[in-house]
Amino acid sequence: MAFFRSHVLVCVDPECLARGAHDVIDALQDELVDQGLIDEIQVLETSRIGGCEDGPEMIVYPEGVHYVGFNADDVPFIVEEHFLKGRIVEKFREMPKVVVDEELGPLRPKEVRIVLKNCGYIDPTNIEDYLAVDGYQALGKALFEMTPEQVIEEVKNSGLRGRGGAGFPAGRKWDLTRQVNDFPKYMVCNADEGDPGAFMNRRVLEGDPHSVLEGMIIGAYAVGASYGYVYCRAEYPIAVETFNIAIAQAREFGFLGENILGTDFSFDLEVRVGAGAFVCGEETALIASIMGLRGEPSPRPPFPSVKGVWGKPTNNNNVETYSNVPQIILKGAPWYASMGTERSKGTKTFAVGGNVKKPGLIEVPMGITLREIIFDVAGGMHEGRHFKAVQTGGPMGGCLTEQHLDLPLDYEALTQAGSMMGSGGLVIMDETSCMVDIARFFMDFTQAESCGKCTPCRVGTRRLLELLQKICEGFGEDGDIEKLEELCEEITKNSLCGLGQGAPNPVVSTLKHFRHEYEAHIYEKRCPSKVCRPLIRFEITDPACTGCTVCARNCPVEAISGERRQLHHIDQETCIRCGICVQVCNFNAITVE
Amino acid sequence: MTAPSTERDIPALVRAAIEKHGAKRDALIPILSEVNLALGYIPGEAFKEVRKQLHDPTEGVFVAESQLHALASFYDMLATKPRGEHVIKFCENAPCHVVGGKAVWDTLREKLSLKNGETTPDGKWTLVTTSCIGLCSVGPVVLVDEDLYGNVTPEQIGDILGRYE
Repeated sequence: MAFFRSHVLVCVDPECLARGAHDVIDALQDELVDQGLIDEIQVLETSRIGGCEDGPEMIVYPEGVHYVGFNADDVPFIVEEHFLKGRIVEKFREMPKVVVDEELGPLRPKEVRIVLKNCGYIDPTNIEDYLAVDGYQALGKALFEMTPEQVIEEVKNSGLRGRGGAGFPAGRKWDLTRQVNDFPKYMVCNADEGDPGAFMNRRVLEGDPHSVLEGMIIGAYAVGASYGYVYCRAEYPIAVETFNIAIAQAREFGFLGENILGTDFSFDLEVRVGAGAFVCGEETALIASIMGLRGEPSPRPPFPSVKGVWGKPTNNNNVETYSNVPQIILKGAPWYASMGTERSKGTKTFAVGGNVKKPGLIEVPMGITLREIIFDVAGGMHEGRHFKAVQTGGPMGGCLTEQHLDLPLDYEALTQAGSMMGSGGLVIMDETSCMVDIARFFMDFTQAESCGKCTPCRVGTRRLLELLQKICEGFGEDGDIEKLEELCEEITKNSLCGLGQGAPNPVVSTLKHFRHEYEAHIYEKRCPSKVCRPLIRFEITDPACTGCTVCARNCPVEAISGERRQLHHIDQETCIRCGICVQVCNFNAITVE
Repeated sequence: MTAPSTERDIPALVRAAIEKHGAKRDALIPILSEVNLALGYIPGEAFKEVRKQLHDPTEGVFVAESQLHALASFYDMLATKPRGEHVIKFCENAPCHVVGGKAVWDTLREKLSLKNGETTPDGKWTLVTTSCIGLCSVGPVVLVDEDLYGNVTPEQIGDILGRYE
């Protein structure tokens, strides 16, 4: 076989042909003959090497240089430069496009990936990709080498706790369901990830569905369940589609259905799609929704492990909990328990959002500090901005401040600090966020999502929201803070489920750490962060204002007046505080007070 | 999107949904969702039709029309009023809020002269807020029908809406 030092691949797709790809090939052949290079360089026809938008296109190997947008007349020059002189012709060079995954990039400093290890690396719609990374080996090990009791023991010893937020030990939960002598038993996977800012479950369902499925099947073997439901929210259509593909492939390969892997263990499951109700993430509400009812919570006990779907024993875990299971079975409890703190083992995924340089999904060992997460893993705050607070645990969690930055993160530490692990959303805020506004914002959410079944939550969150709105609008009065505190206590004590019990947390924690901001709103009619519009005013300052008239021309309500090259003026009565003038001013002449 | 009236054969639509999800009590939410997806909302006639086709005491399936309304009023995604040709969903949750979502929301409302949940008089646009769709790392996020827009700024709104003219 002839040896060529270089190969030139020319795209001959219809678009490139229409732009003269054949002429390019002819010109290349002629020129290579003329230069005496035809025995060293091979020209090949290929299809689609780029987008064909700027064709003709070709790639030169071994360098891998991609040329676009030239024609046959340019060929002699390219041949002379590239093949005779060895210089890349920058004029026609197309730089490789880097696909940036804004959610989950390459491993960041201090990250350890167990749950996310396959996301982005395997094809989630191809079970063979999962099998190639030891997929379903843990299921084989559990079925052939372990009794259900041993599987439960292994999960118990690993220290794995519920990743949905409450942190109940997974092994103990499985044991509870196993102990009940009532059949059939059900497995439920809570994929109703509703916390704003939390999207780790979506990513796992979309990127590595088989890890969740395998964890569920192992769990079903352990507790003795014969059927399962994956309850996924309707906001995640791709996750639903991907998971359904995974189920079909697992059935085909004998990991689901009758006599799994030839044993006498049988288990099957289906995906149930929600219809937009946050409260369905609460397990009793979720079970009601699976049965075709309004997703309203019911008092516990009885717990689902005793009476769940169709009144039968039901084991319910979150997506992330299940996806940890295969590797615990495969690598053993001691391996998993070697990570984390004394009472919280393994890793936790966090969805980092808000005012940081590198938001996105991360997975870190339990016990890491907030400081490490914000400044090492998430790239720190934006230039010139300062860390103010972080909301952990979603809308039912709390705000933590600078004093908590060095707290080792685990379930207990977060609860003690007045927040909670929740599903792992972290909303990081700098000084541009007003804490009263944030509390109002979360209350707006919980108030809307309250299912209405119990009065403390239904009416109480409404009253809380009204008080917060009043304060943000500048009508706060003496005694409002005390009213807020009293309401918070009553709602927490008397609500039926976690939604109501946790709803006051953002108010309680912001009152605790940022009471002065509430006081500034109420007594000084001032928003220190300059967020609450009724409490701020815009002023044009001399001499920064050049009288360019840009602000006056852009003001939607014509509140700005002034002659060209003269200091302009904002009429405070007319101004709607939209802030457009600040954005358009080229001289930073407009201040916010 | 509202289907043209010729395609609105509601009995057939309901029949197909029941066949797909099963004639059982716990399939009610998937069945109603299916109707909602096809028509953009659930007309009164569809509730009657679901009951008519599904209620079968001899098979032990009991369905009352009031139960169906109870479901539709509970779940946000089940609409009982017609929606516009294009539905704009704005994510109003905290991660989007702190990265400039409020300005985007204000611009949307201003440009369309709509409040949350309203439809323009010409039936072209419906504006609603949505629960978190989990794309927080590219917030603020706006969904127009099935099209997703991330890292949206107020300046881009005119351009985004223009694509549906």
